[in-house]
Amino acid sequence: MGRIIKHVILGFALLLAVSIAFTPAAQAAKEVKIGFSMALTGPLGPAGKAALLAMQIWRDDVNAKGGLLGRKVKLVYYDDQTKPANVPGIYAKLLDVDKVDFIVSGYGTNLIVPALPIAMERGMVFMGLFGLDANAKFKYNNYFQIMPAGPDPIVDWSRGFFELAAKQKPRPKTIALLSADAEFARNAVAGARRNAKKFGFKIVYDKRYPFPGTTDFTPILRAVKAANPDLFYVGSYPGGSVGIVKAAHEIKLEPKLFGGGMVGLQYTAIQMNLGKLLNGITDYWFWAPEKTLKFPGIEAFLAKYQKEAPKQKLDPLGYYLPPFAYAYVQLLGNAIEATKSFDQAKIGAYIRNNTHSTVVGDVKFGKNGEWATSRTFQVQLQNIESNKMSEFSKEGKMVVVYPEEFKSGNFIYPYAKGK
Amino acid sequence: MLSIEFLLNALIAGLLLGGFYAAMSAGLSLSFGLLDVVNIAHPAFIIFGSYLTFYVNEHFGFDPILAGLVFAVPSYFLGVAVYRIYYNCFEKTGAESLRGLVFFFGLFFLIEVILIITFGVDYRLVRAFYIGKSTSIGSVGIAYRLFVPFLVGGILAAVLYLFLTKTFFGRAIMGVAQDSLAVQLMGVDPIRIKTVAFGIGIATAVIAGSLLIIIGPVEPTIGREYIGRVFAVTVLGGLGSMTGTLVGGLILGVAESFTSSFFGPSWALAVSFGILLICLAVRPSGLFGR
Amino acid sequence: MSKERKLFLIVAAVLIVGSFLITTQMENRFYYKAAYVVLQYVVLATAWNILGGYTGYVNFGTAAFFAMGAYTAVALIKTWKPPLYVLLVMGGLVSGLLGLGIGYLTLRLKGVFFSIATLALAVVLQMIISNWSYVGGGAGTAILKPRSVPMFSNYDEFLFFVMAALAVVSVAVAWLIEKSWVGRGMAAIRDNEEAAECMGVPILKLKLFATTVSGALMGIAGAPFSYFVVYIEPTSAFHLDYAVNSLAMPMIGGTTTWLGPLVGAVLVGTAQQIATVTLSSEMNLLIVGSLLVGFVVFAPDGLVGLFGKIRARLAGREA
Repeated sequence: MGRIIKHVILGFALLLAVSIAFTPAAQAAKEVKIGFSMALTGPLGPAGKAALLAMQIWRDDVNAKGGLLGRKVKLVYYDDQTKPANVPGIYAKLLDVDKVDFIVSGYGTNLIVPALPIAMERGMVFMGLFGLDANAKFKYNNYFQIMPAGPDPIVDWSRGFFELAAKQKPRPKTIALLSADAEFARNAVAGARRNAKKFGFKIVYDKRYPFPGTTDFTPILRAVKAANPDLFYVGSYPGGSVGIVKAAHEIKLEPKLFGGGMVGLQYTAIQMNLGKLLNGITDYWFWAPEKTLKFPGIEAFLAKYQKEAPKQKLDPLGYYLPPFAYAYVQLLGNAIEATKSFDQAKIGAYIRNNTHSTVVGDVKFGKNGEWATSRTFQVQLQNIESNKMSEFSKEGKMVVVYPEEFKSGNFIYPYAKGK
Repeated sequence: MLSIEFLLNALIAGLLLGGFYAAMSAGLSLSFGLLDVVNIAHPAFIIFGSYLTFYVNEHFGFDPILAGLVFAVPSYFLGVAVYRIYYNCFEKTGAESLRGLVFFFGLFFLIEVILIITFGVDYRLVRAFYIGKSTSIGSVGIAYRLFVPFLVGGILAAVLYLFLTKTFFGRAIMGVAQDSLAVQLMGVDPIRIKTVAFGIGIATAVIAGSLLIIIGPVEPTIGREYIGRVFAVTVLGGLGSMTGTLVGGLILGVAESFTSSFFGPSWALAVSFGILLICLAVRPSGLFGR
Repeated sequence: MSKERKLFLIVAAVLIVGSFLITTQMENRFYYKAAYVVLQYVVLATAWNILGGYTGYVNFGTAAFFAMGAYTAVALIKTWKPPLYVLLVMGGLVSGLLGLGIGYLTLRLKGVFFSIATLALAVVLQMIISNWSYVGGGAGTAILKPRSVPMFSNYDEFLFFVMAALAVVSVAVAWLIEKSWVGRGMAAIRDNEEAAECMGVPILKLKLFATTVSGALMGIAGAPFSYFVVYIEPTSAFHLDYAVNSLAMPMIGGTTTWLGPLVGAVLVGTAQQIATVTLSSEMNLLIVGSLLVGFVVFAPDGLVGLFGKIRARLAGREA
């Protein structure tokens, strides 16, 4: 009996110890604190770390100019381990314990959505980093997504791929769809399915593969080959993308247009491994060293990034996520400067109603805080001759073939000709 | 869609993958099947092998298979050390069933963390002249990327089989598995035998790791995806039978390949696990069980 | 009712009321979220221990039971959005039935084979959920939590209170089992199943009871998950972390008593929460891994056993 009471006392002592451990240290005065969770480990860790570096470069750039409205910027961040369950706690800590002035999102839809209701409850501006249609259910007006998917993200995502296909002669008739069984890929392919119907392509194969957990793609691609599609749209993640490209070459799968939503082909390490195998593939893209995409500030940013990245074992070129990670805090910073205020509602209204110049070009937001018009590029990989890194920092290798406005070279059709 | 050619290709793809699954499971069959050491961390040692291979391939251009074979030697001693700890802390005191299991589970985690800290969380790949090439016999295509692991897996199983049945030491291992006391009476120290066997198991895991990274990219936590598979193969084949492990691997490979080809890949994993569950419920001793 | 039992129940009631009173006093939401996670692990670790610690069957499939609870709730929310207590009951029911099914497996599968089967079960269920588009499938789905709830200033506080109550209830269940003939029967199964059967212990009934109660508690713990995290998808609901933690916590705390999982969950869970916001998460994983291996190697009876030993030694010195 006495034992139980002792245990209860012990328990309370523990609780006390815990609450002391959580008490924040004395805070430095007059900093603008921007808080966020970021995937630094887990499946999204590699990209998340690169995003963090980009945000730190922005912080240093801003502080070198004297900060925001005269206050130095400080980033407060915690690793969410790519686990959505960690996100609510992290944002509560940022807001209630660290008392940050602004919050921005972590990387990826799964890790953005859990934080969104928290931003809503507090009425805070919430910049999102690469979430696909994350705001669909919440419709929060102070949420803004830097990824250029477009006003109807799921459908706009793959529209370029289908517009390209529809322009070819003779017009392709059939399409195969393959997706990894997880959030982004499923949505990308759901959009592709709707586009296929809209453009009148007949779906001859439509399957999902387990992710992670698929060792070899040969049997899957054999089934695709047996269906003999004109177009092959794939929604996949880095590990799977590599396996799919290799297996497609091994079994000589040659649809007329191949690619679409393959994550990973934009990563330097994977490009260096696949080398020539990439030729002819058409995939979504966000930035490439092409003459049509030299937005103000991007080259200065990349120079800084590429100097630091090898030391931290990050993607050495950093064309995929880092420019956007820089841009989403840059945009917030510019809005603070422009409104000369730290008022969330004012800043939100400013972001909503203006066009913003960033390192990823001009950004204008529309419905649900998505880009007002889609700017997801379709890039065709061309003329790749080696596995060297220098190969992928040259112009003319990742050729923008959609949209017209940013086109940097000719589209090679069919896929077999570009191989 | 259901042509003979298609069927044949699905079968070959499954067999190739299955040979690799057998290579992954051979070491576990030795430690778990023969010696009752439930090494849950086996897949983590495989991934460890993948990363060793990646390291020397990336920096010195070592062939992955060669790297796997070279690293198998030091890994043997690593295995010896792990078994020593396991024996002294759990087996000796008869605590292996619960805490021994948990020990290996914890080891699994530690290996993952060590890999994450040393190599980062990125996907890693290797280069070798046979990766990305393929040949065909008639209408059946064979990718070297899968054929090489299949071949090495088959050789590995064959060597282990010969070792266990033809050499004195191998027979001693089989003896310990059947009747530890009798072996002891014959003047052989069963603990020493088990140590050697466990070391060999870890060595084969490292070789399997070099095969895995030939097939596809690897990241530190991918080992989890293989826990179920290696146990499925080991149990399906019958514990401790090398022939069984090979057959079990092939069955699993073919089952996954057929499911992917005919019903859609999203059910591939579930079907192989289904086989495991049924096998556990109906015949836990496996196809070639003792 | 024995005096000890009465006292225990009074303490339990006091803790539940206490956690309600906390919500009327404290504002800071971070503590509620952090505490929710720790308390959720108290439930999971206690539930795991009823089967693992008391009966000796190691369950690697905690995530499956937890996720079934969570997804039962998601399916219900999608159909008619019932109040939370219905979700808890239904989540517990579904996972309890799953536990009953697993219980019948113990007829054929002993020791490690049972463990592997639970692992396989988790994978198979994850596949099924991934292919069930009504609850979001592999793509996941966002869940809107209710705006407000009576008597609480916000939903986070309410969820904290619910989980606190569940933690108290599950520890009480474990305590009641441990102190009754059921617990002694389970211990007999753990020590030697065949011998227990010969002695007339109704081993099948007890094993079914253990798997059902353990599964149901895990399902109940999972039921509010979708409201907590707002976005649910199979990889996070079936995360291996739940299996590892729910097994590591009792191991670290001690598996033979109700106190072990409680101490383990509070200590390890809190350490993880602190590590998430202070250290790098590599360190976080390293801590759990090292603690787990360290404890099974050096302190096989967990913290509770360690304290017991130290106390015995001190008492010996005094005497």
